[in-house]
Amino acid sequence: QKTITGKVYDDMGTLPGASVLVKGTANGTTTDIDGNFTLQVNDGDIIEVSYVGFATRELIVGQADFSRIVLSADTEVLDEVVVIGYGTTTKKDATGSVTSVKIDEDTKIVTASPEQMLSGKTPGVQITASGGAPGDGGRIRIRGGSSLSASNDPLIVIDGVPVDNDGINGMGNALSSINPNDIESFTVLKDASAAAIYGSRASNGVIIITTKSGKGDLKVNYNGSVSFHLPSEYVDVLSPEEFKQVMQTKHGDYTFLYEPKSTDSQYMKDYINYQGTDWQKEIFNPSVGHEHNVSLSGSIKQRLPFRVSLGYLDDNGILRTSQFERTTAAVSLRPNFFDNHLKVKLNVKGVYAENRFADTGSIGAAVGFDPTKPIMNGSKYGGYTTWVQQNGNPQTLPSANPIALLELTNDESTVKRSLGNAEFDYKFHFLPDLRANLNLGYDYSESEGQKYVPEYASWQYFAGGQDRNYEQRKRNTLLDFYLNYVKDIEDIDSRIDAMVGYSYQKFWRTENSLDESIVIPIGESNKRSIFDDFTTENVLLSYFGRLNYSLKDKYLLTFTLRRDGSSRFSEDNRWGLFPSAAFAWNIIDEGFLSSKEEKALSNLKLRLGYGVTGQQNINNGDYPYLAKYTIGQPTASYPLGGKYYLTYRPDGYDANIKWEETTTYNVGLDFGFLDERITGSIDAYLRETSDLLNVVPVPAGSNLTNQILTNVGTLENRGVEFSIATDIIQNDDFNWNSAFNITYNENEITKLTVNDDPNFVGVYTGGISGGTGNTIQIHAIGKPASSFYVYEQVYDKNERPIEGMYVDRNKDGKITEDDKYIYEAPDADIFMGWNNTLSYKNWDLSLSMRANLNNYVYNNVNSDRGNYESVRTKETYLNNATTDVLHTGFNHPQYFSDYYVENASFLKLDNITLGYRVNELWSPKSSMRLFASVKNVFTWTDYSGLDPEIAGGIDNNIYPRPLTVTFGVNVDF
Amino acid sequence: CEGDLDTIPLDKDQKTEVDIYQTTEDYKAGLAKIYAGLATTGQQGPAGQGDLGGIDEGISSYVRQLFYLQQFTTDETKVAWNDQTVQDLNKGIWTPAEVNVRGMYYRIAFEVALANEFIRVAKENTDAQIQEFVYEARFLRALAYWHALDMFGNFPFVTEEDAVGNFNPPMATRAELFQYVETELLDIENKIAKAGMNEYARADQGAVWMLLAKLYLNAEVYTGNARWADALKYSENIINAGYQLEDKYANLFLADNDNSNEIIFTVAFDGQRTQTWGGTTFIIHAAVGGDMDPSVFGIDGGWGGIRATAAFADKFDDISGDVDKRAMFVTDGQAKEIADLSKFTDGYAIAKYKNITSNGEGGSHLTFPDTDFPMFRLADAYLMYAEAVVRGGGGSATQALAYINELRERAYGDDSGNINAGELTLEFLLEERARELYWEAHRRTDLIRFGKFTDANYKWEWKGGNADGSGIEDYRKVFPIPSSDIGANPNLKQNPGY
Repeated sequence: QKTITGKVYDDMGTLPGASVLVKGTANGTTTDIDGNFTLQVNDGDIIEVSYVGFATRELIVGQADFSRIVLSADTEVLDEVVVIGYGTTTKKDATGSVTSVKIDEDTKIVTASPEQMLSGKTPGVQITASGGAPGDGGRIRIRGGSSLSASNDPLIVIDGVPVDNDGINGMGNALSSINPNDIESFTVLKDASAAAIYGSRASNGVIIITTKSGKGDLKVNYNGSVSFHLPSEYVDVLSPEEFKQVMQTKHGDYTFLYEPKSTDSQYMKDYINYQGTDWQKEIFNPSVGHEHNVSLSGSIKQRLPFRVSLGYLDDNGILRTSQFERTTAAVSLRPNFFDNHLKVKLNVKGVYAENRFADTGSIGAAVGFDPTKPIMNGSKYGGYTTWVQQNGNPQTLPSANPIALLELTNDESTVKRSLGNAEFDYKFHFLPDLRANLNLGYDYSESEGQKYVPEYASWQYFAGGQDRNYEQRKRNTLLDFYLNYVKDIEDIDSRIDAMVGYSYQKFWRTENSLDESIVIPIGESNKRSIFDDFTTENVLLSYFGRLNYSLKDKYLLTFTLRRDGSSRFSEDNRWGLFPSAAFAWNIIDEGFLSSKEEKALSNLKLRLGYGVTGQQNINNGDYPYLAKYTIGQPTASYPLGGKYYLTYRPDGYDANIKWEETTTYNVGLDFGFLDERITGSIDAYLRETSDLLNVVPVPAGSNLTNQILTNVGTLENRGVEFSIATDIIQNDDFNWNSAFNITYNENEITKLTVNDDPNFVGVYTGGISGGTGNTIQIHAIGKPASSFYVYEQVYDKNERPIEGMYVDRNKDGKITEDDKYIYEAPDADIFMGWNNTLSYKNWDLSLSMRANLNNYVYNNVNSDRGNYESVRTKETYLNNATTDVLHTGFNHPQYFSDYYVENASFLKLDNITLGYRVNELWSPKSSMRLFASVKNVFTWTDYSGLDPEIAGGIDNNIYPRPLTVTFGVNVDF
Repeated sequence: CEGDLDTIPLDKDQKTEVDIYQTTEDYKAGLAKIYAGLATTGQQGPAGQGDLGGIDEGISSYVRQLFYLQQFTTDETKVAWNDQTVQDLNKGIWTPAEVNVRGMYYRIAFEVALANEFIRVAKENTDAQIQEFVYEARFLRALAYWHALDMFGNFPFVTEEDAVGNFNPPMATRAELFQYVETELLDIENKIAKAGMNEYARADQGAVWMLLAKLYLNAEVYTGNARWADALKYSENIINAGYQLEDKYANLFLADNDNSNEIIFTVAFDGQRTQTWGGTTFIIHAAVGGDMDPSVFGIDGGWGGIRATAAFADKFDDISGDVDKRAMFVTDGQAKEIADLSKFTDGYAIAKYKNITSNGEGGSHLTFPDTDFPMFRLADAYLMYAEAVVRGGGGSATQALAYINELRERAYGDDSGNINAGELTLEFLLEERARELYWEAHRRTDLIRFGKFTDANYKWEWKGGNADGSGIEDYRKVFPIPSSDIGANPNLKQNPGY
């Protein structure tokens, strides 16, 4: 026998109270306040080190080093506490489809946007990055969209405070005002039995964000990184040589292009010797960003756990002049009073962000600008090459010079936002089974911005320049109160957990803008000055309750009920009832498995869920049911007898409008093998949205508009999700954890109109660039939302599309609107994520990949630019074309050809991170991790455009996502 | 706390039914919206808070849609764009899903609904001035219903008696609509302000008479019963009401055409205050393209959209404009024939409408013209009078000839273009209507009345979808009811053929 001493750590530092046990014996101890332990052992003994919420480790005496035993948070542990709406549960007791994603400090990606941390991590959840601008977020979809015209975004709850999804003016992405480094976990409530407690806002799922708090010893953490963003892809456009050739063969000549338009001799010289401009290379450049976060956490005298953090991020986009700078601060206090009877949680977060938005119009302009022109030609429009009229004024139809768009536009904003909450959780002294919980929360933001374009900018020339100032204030206040009663009734081996509550939330916002010209516009007598202001509010009031009943820890029943009132609907429709029921069966505990089976199978749970959720964020203002008049702006007035009247327009409305309801059925099976070394779950679901809000044509003459938003249709999402995670290799030196998830989802509109008219093709949607008012998509019965509605292209024997030749599908001898057909849809049928974490001694490596199958994209860049006409639409200016024109040979745009609808299935290597950890730097508890990562590494796809991942399925000059290389350091002490 | 759910709009630009109408000026602002329904497309100007959905706001303009349906389908105009299904109008192959057919249909229905709402609220008020507003609202509703019966034949029928909400309006037949419009106009004829006595841009007796004249002139098409004598009577009323031909034809289409005494009913536009991407903004910009200099038109740039057919150019013996000043062709850089519909430079451009005053000054804004759209003008009354005479509606043949020659003298500058009594035939009148009234959104109606709209013997390029032109189906004399409304309202029946 000998005595060993050791020390146990978690990712935050030392871990007191961990259990250290000689396996198979009662010989054990727990770690002290500093994580140290001492134990009498024999050589060869297996030592088990465990702690609730962490993966148990086994170490062999004589082989292992006990001086630093790191326990990592085990997200698959059944006792893990999972945050749900108005309370918590454990994984084992959860009855709904709930996925918790704990942020692992070692494998998390460096990003400015919290939602990107979820990308590819859980089945059923899809994050589609909206673009490559700094701070850009992504479109979040949980189990497909349940709405057409109402919001499809999930409800986001930050530390118990539901926030609105409407964004903040002057902030590209409202969620990026939360520092991802302050986030501890995400919980995704996917099915209705889990989400229905959020009632009329939960139709598209709920994401609960829990931020970090402190505990234990005083710890300081610093992490910082430097990122290099590299533009990696460009749209294929004609080179100057190809362009000249096209001009010659298709348009007869190109000589007039070389007529110098400037009298400046230096420019004339440059002009004549000019070789060409690669506009895309001019607008994008590599950029650098850096980030620093410091946090201090611990517990003051074991009584006041706290965490304070400061973060700073400065990120420049690859599109020149885009910039995002963010400073965040967060304070979290967790004092306890009265012998832990009163637990208080205080969270305050603040952000100060400065944005500069690059004019993204320059992206399309760069694709289309004449490649034979120089950037500058000494014009009076800031010196930038500009298409002018005979009289020297700028032409209005051709796009402005891309570089001018960037350099002359100064579009800046500052955003201040604070959100916080104070939660008081009181366990009654006389009845400790009863808890009262009061949560008071707020979310306040203030933003202001200015867009300034000088009067000599060619596109503002006739408007006299632009000086637009705007302000916005948003306030969201919350009061939640609930009582929770938990009682074990041992006589009947049961446990009851009941909760009833009340919630009041008010959203208010005001905004104003002043849009002025800088000089008096040509031909006018005064400066343009348009002031606009707007204020609105809405109130949500709710009563809710939940009853959990568990019998023998094996049979679990959950009922929830929420009654929601929303100010957005008329008194008759104001209140909605959202029930749910779920049953879970811990089959593993039944005892009918043999011991051998039991050894192999460590968890088996069946879950059945049913619930109704709603969607009250209907994208139609806060008073959609009211008969209102809108008073016209001065620019839309009408003269009667020389006096200009601001006109009074009675607006169309639906007095009976109400929320959508989504009924979800869910069957799930959780499983674990080999002592939870392999875990996973499979879920099948059906989500039926009824009273689907859709913008439908109203019978002409019956209302004050031609189409209104009304509750008319039904829509279904059906799907299967599967996830599996396993520690493929698990030993002292080498660990390999691999997690894979796959989702199949199909979306179908099942009813769309009041009268089921068989000739009604559907609701047009999906506006495209090219022409005026053109749309490429349709919501049609029996098809997925936003399916493409196109002509079927005819190809020649060389598989080239024949211009203007489409299949005459109705065989009437003419190609008309009636020959269009529904061809595929933008959302993938199948999407998957695969995340790997490997560690060897002090090294770690993580890899994440994602794939989408059968997501279709309409290549609007090619459909708009891939034709000879667009090169020379008018006699007075030229545009570049995409090289696709060399394949199609199209003379005119063929916007509606299915040739442009492409299968954009892809496999992406999203991220690779390599890290190296150095322990005990200057003290035993100090450590450092160095890492390097590459983001957006590679994409395998057949899609011909820049990026196959396009939210909404219409590719129209997106801000390309750069390849990002990051070097960082994470220091704890 | 549940009382907190009773929120009301906080925005000062939004009012509820209850508090909107307080003063006479409030009612006038409500009336202004019905007028503006012909001009603007929403409450923001030029675009934003649009009146209609599912269509580009600028395209949804009343005047613009009227121009699309009345012009692109005829021998006067073709459009070069590929916006949605607009080429189907050029070719005469439109379907019930055609977006502009839908746009016009809903714009008309919206105008009717606006008028109904106003009449419902205002008719209770006994104030004499407000009652005048009601007559004008009824005129505007009749105008919209006339466009409905002219273009669509049958149309869903609603009046101020129907409350706004979820119901299916019945379909009125063309004959029923005819009767309704006639009855309404006859009822307000002597109640509304006397001809020429109302404020600028407001309807008066002259406008009512003009609409009655046009209704009767086309009565045979609408109902099967010709009403030539009534057409003659109301044309004569207008001619005798004190309107005067503008001295210079060109001035009728310029930025200061609000000064004209020839225009009977106008749709007003203003560069600063009545902004839209439709209306004359569309007509002027779309007519400019190719090598044309936009500054000549008083605008900042052309859209390269609309130009004349060769068939229209051929209606003038001399297209230079030196002889007949109504020939306002731009031939430089433009081919006469439209070989390629999508190419603006195929087909002569037209320099009729401009955002320049008669003194050569620019309008108040380079994008949005001050030029008003002359919906009804005296020259049309002259032509209607002559036609009614020739068709046997009575009246004086000599007088008819004199009216026509008055128009010709203005066009030619002297009597060199005058015709004699023998030349005053129906064929001549159809041609003359083109020369006088082209691009004023009358052509489709005229061609139908003369039996030429679908006729295979009366051809223009791209009629029927081929470059040489061919006949089109007879049922195309009315447009289809949009499939969206067939789907929404089970009371509707599609027009035959579609």
